[in-house]
Amino acid sequence: MLLIHCPYCEQDLPELEFAYAGEAHIARPEDPSRLSDEEWRDYLFIRSNARGHHFERWRHINGCARFFNAVRETVSDRFLLTYKAGEPRPDISSLTGGTE
Amino acid sequence: MTSFRLPNRGRVDHARPISFTFDGKAYTGLAGDTLASALLANGVHLMGRSFKYHRPRGVVSAGSDEPNALMGTRRGPGRFEPNTRATVQELREGLEATSQNRWPSLAFDIGAINDRFGSLFSAGFYYKTFMWPRAFWDRVYEPVIRQAAGLGVSPTEPDADRYASRFAHTDVLVVGAGPAGLAAALAAGRSGAEVMLVDEASEPGGSLLSEPGVLIDGKGAWDWLAAALAELDRLPNVTVMPRTTAIGYYHQNLIGLAQRLTDHLAEPPEGAPRERLWRVRAREVVLAQGALEKPLVFDGNDRPGVMLAGAAQTYLSRYGVKVGDRPVVVTSHDSAWHAAFDLAEASAKPAAIVDIRPAVDAALSERAGSLGIETLLGWSPTGTSGRLRVKSLRINQLRDGRVGTARTIACDAVLMCGGWTPGLHLFSHTKGSLAWDDELKAFLPGRKSEAVHIAGAGRGLWGIASALADGAAAGARAARETGRDVQEPAHAVTADRTGTGVTAKDLPTDRNPASAKAFVDYQNDVTAKDIRLAVREGMRSIEHVKRYTTNGMATDQGKMSNVNGLMIAADALGKAPPQVGLTTFRPPYSPTTFGTFAGYHQGATFDVTRRTPIDPWAEANGAVFEPVALWRRAWYFPKLGEDMHAAVARECRATRASVGVFDASTLGKIEVVGPDAVTFMERMYTNPWAKLGVGRCRYGLLLGEDGFIRDDGVIGRLAETRFHVTTTTGGAARVLNMMEDYLQTDWPDLKVWLTSTTEQWAVVALQGPNARKLLEPFVEGLDISDAAFPHMSVAECTVAGFPARLFRISFTGELGFEVNVPARHGLALWERLWEEGRKYDICPYGTETMHVLRAEKGYIIVGQDTDGTVTPDDAGLSWAIGKKKPDFVGKRSLARPDMVAKGRKQLVGLLTDDPKAVLQEGAQIVADPNQPKPMTALGHVTSSYWSEALSRSIAMAVVADGRERDGQIVHIPMPDRTLSARVTKSTVFYDPENTRLSA
Ligand SMILES: [Zn+2]
Repeated sequence: MLLIHCPYCEQDLPELEFAYAGEAHIARPEDPSRLSDEEWRDYLFIRSNARGHHFERWRHINGCARFFNAVRETVSDRFLLTYKAGEPRPDISSLTGGTE
Repeated sequence: MTSFRLPNRGRVDHARPISFTFDGKAYTGLAGDTLASALLANGVHLMGRSFKYHRPRGVVSAGSDEPNALMGTRRGPGRFEPNTRATVQELREGLEATSQNRWPSLAFDIGAINDRFGSLFSAGFYYKTFMWPRAFWDRVYEPVIRQAAGLGVSPTEPDADRYASRFAHTDVLVVGAGPAGLAAALAAGRSGAEVMLVDEASEPGGSLLSEPGVLIDGKGAWDWLAAALAELDRLPNVTVMPRTTAIGYYHQNLIGLAQRLTDHLAEPPEGAPRERLWRVRAREVVLAQGALEKPLVFDGNDRPGVMLAGAAQTYLSRYGVKVGDRPVVVTSHDSAWHAAFDLAEASAKPAAIVDIRPAVDAALSERAGSLGIETLLGWSPTGTSGRLRVKSLRINQLRDGRVGTARTIACDAVLMCGGWTPGLHLFSHTKGSLAWDDELKAFLPGRKSEAVHIAGAGRGLWGIASALADGAAAGARAARETGRDVQEPAHAVTADRTGTGVTAKDLPTDRNPASAKAFVDYQNDVTAKDIRLAVREGMRSIEHVKRYTTNGMATDQGKMSNVNGLMIAADALGKAPPQVGLTTFRPPYSPTTFGTFAGYHQGATFDVTRRTPIDPWAEANGAVFEPVALWRRAWYFPKLGEDMHAAVARECRATRASVGVFDASTLGKIEVVGPDAVTFMERMYTNPWAKLGVGRCRYGLLLGEDGFIRDDGVIGRLAETRFHVTTTTGGAARVLNMMEDYLQTDWPDLKVWLTSTTEQWAVVALQGPNARKLLEPFVEGLDISDAAFPHMSVAECTVAGFPARLFRISFTGELGFEVNVPARHGLALWERLWEEGRKYDICPYGTETMHVLRAEKGYIIVGQDTDGTVTPDDAGLSWAIGKKKPDFVGKRSLARPDMVAKGRKQLVGLLTDDPKAVLQEGAQIVADPNQPKPMTALGHVTSSYWSEALSRSIAMAVVADGRERDGQIVHIPMPDRTLSARVTKSTVFYDPENTRLSA
């Protein structure tokens, strides 16, 4: 069971309080009707499924109920960072300091 | 019977005899015994049969790594456990133990014939032996496998015990209370850090319990142990937990502990939990798990009486039991020499010490000489004899890699030691990497991925002195990491028994290796030959070798067999062991009962049961309940002598004839409020909301972004900026989550607030032609006449004196109202309406009648008539889509090619040709009943009932191009017959003109 830092509560809390919510930084298109079938398919279904650093969303559902973003290393299952929804995608190299 | 108990030895209480039975025979042991030590004290070595070959087996170890001595233990009804390790189970008065894998008896077992046909069971036998001929499978192989498979027998009664669970946080968790763990706990504990020290054994001490001769800080080992435990006991920040196995090491220093609470007690306190699962989050972890002794791999190394030398030393020192009168020691490590010396001093002088090494430390040879023990250096064991107990050991001299002449030594026990391997299991759970130590020929902990310190034999250090020093250092380091100021204690040790050894593969023999039964994995009956065969047959990865041979796949998870298996596989592959690698260790460390994982989640506390405010009335009035999501809902209200069918038919008739009352409190409710509430509703739901007037309701349809139906419900507009949204009973949390998701992440600019109000409101539905007549006198502040309050109206008013939100809606096709009052008034409102309703023969109805009445009207239930692949058009709900809206969730998907293609399954009605035949929900539908199998299914029945109003069966179904098949006959094959039915493109079976709604 992971410990997850909620960027709104500013606390490390057990995974039991959270729900996973899929890949992050996939914004709903402003006007879906202008998208081709292929573009809309990509928005709906195509995900990066990264081996390594994965940008993803979590919800502190049994706590403050906020959705937020996280960077998780999918091999070690380790969080590098969590940050509030709407904040820009962080630069990976600044998080890892070039070392692994 | 000869007793093998030595007076005044061991930590058992010689003054407290304990009676127990094994296979029905009565024995006596002592307080402090394990089941295994008590049997050995009675001269019993034969404790079980092996899994595959049913070979007679004796106890091999003295701990949780035991592969052979697995027994069924019983303590009254519902308290039977298979595969109890006799080496772990503490003796208690009246313990009943039975042997396993044998029939009719342990000494004479029919299944042992497998041993003669061993070639059928060689590596990969699951994949080879049972392949051919095909016809043999049903009649021969499967029955044989079923008869033989499985270790022990599953209990047949429900578990009568309770189990507990607990969370804990600590600064330092120390796993293993041997010398390293004790020193770590002392170092950390003295600094003031919160410390938990856990050990799987019944008492702390680890190897100190088997090494009483060592002197620590000037005291005998046992006196030092007592003093250390007394000090830890005095420290308020330290908790010592024996009988507690660290079963798994999870992310971020979360450790699972299984604590055994009552299995050792003759009479457990009433209601006491049997075991407790701990989830401990530790800032720092010290792993002081010690090392596991390895067997030597030679022909006949599994005969009862052949055991690990360290185990024999433990039985002697800790339990005062000699495992034989005339043992012989075979070893590749110094440690077994010390075991031999201890036995010699306890009147069980070994016949010989056989060491495969050509030379050993001169001090060992001298000591053996002074004790009069023959030593044979450079000799190797090549066989044993004896049917149910070993009688002799055959050895051969090794010279320049060649096997010389043989010699036979008579004995009643063979004590073997193939060296020691660090306990890496928990460290491996963390995905820490292992590093091969070529000098020790062992894997040691390598790169760490958690805040963990490994101490003592667990990282290849040998001897009490180095374990104490390393443990103290690890404990100090851990405490420092938690911010404590630490003095690292030093411990002075004399008479320590340090030593070295070599790691061997399967030992050489002068006999035909192909006929040798040299066991690597005792529990799964895997021999060295099997592993070599697996490599010959093309297995290259150790993971493949493991699965092909099943080596290390038994309940002991290869504690004894892993490294021996690796050495043999590496030799066969011609690779160095680190290039072959170990298989993955996974939790739990040792077998753990299901009860421990279930904890409090059994019986009434298995899961949450949500009850409505009206639930007590339903119970008092004889309702039969059904679970719906987490709710329990009144299903139907049978009168005396009524079955479900009769009750539901009566409830349907009464509702359509006069008035029925229904508890709709479980409906999901979400309050959508704010200046942008209508914009939000426009975007979420398919329907148009902007023009919905205040005081009006609309059926709302919610899609996923993929265009498939997710939920539905009636939604009322209470104010320009306030909507009362209802959802399906099971969908409330999902819908709120989905709304929050869009609101928080895609449309954070919208000023909207969402509140779950499901449990705030109790909802009483009155349905039927007399609903208004019944309700009207209770309503204040509102005219509910048809003209003033037409169908699909909502208003706030007072009902029976309670503040209410009143909806005029219908899920039955009848004139209907749903009264929402604050939950605390729900029961009172229900009872008032019930009293008054007697004038109209009011009838309470349950969910089944609700389902029938709505199906007669063709109203869908999301999740029953839809399954996550149904579009609004598929369900005949295109009318619910706001065609002029530029966007809503799922709109774009409705234009994807597959969503508008022909051949989609559409919701239609089915009327069986035999009006009495009620179709089975889920039944498949075909066009041609004579088509050979596999038949082409057009779709399936989603809802099917007996309709009392129509005096015939009705059904809804999803059928490919269903609406085009209007009037066609389709067929529904069932096991006993094939039914036929006519497709109706409309699903409305009753009152299609909706005249009753506005009665
Ligand atoms: Zn939070």
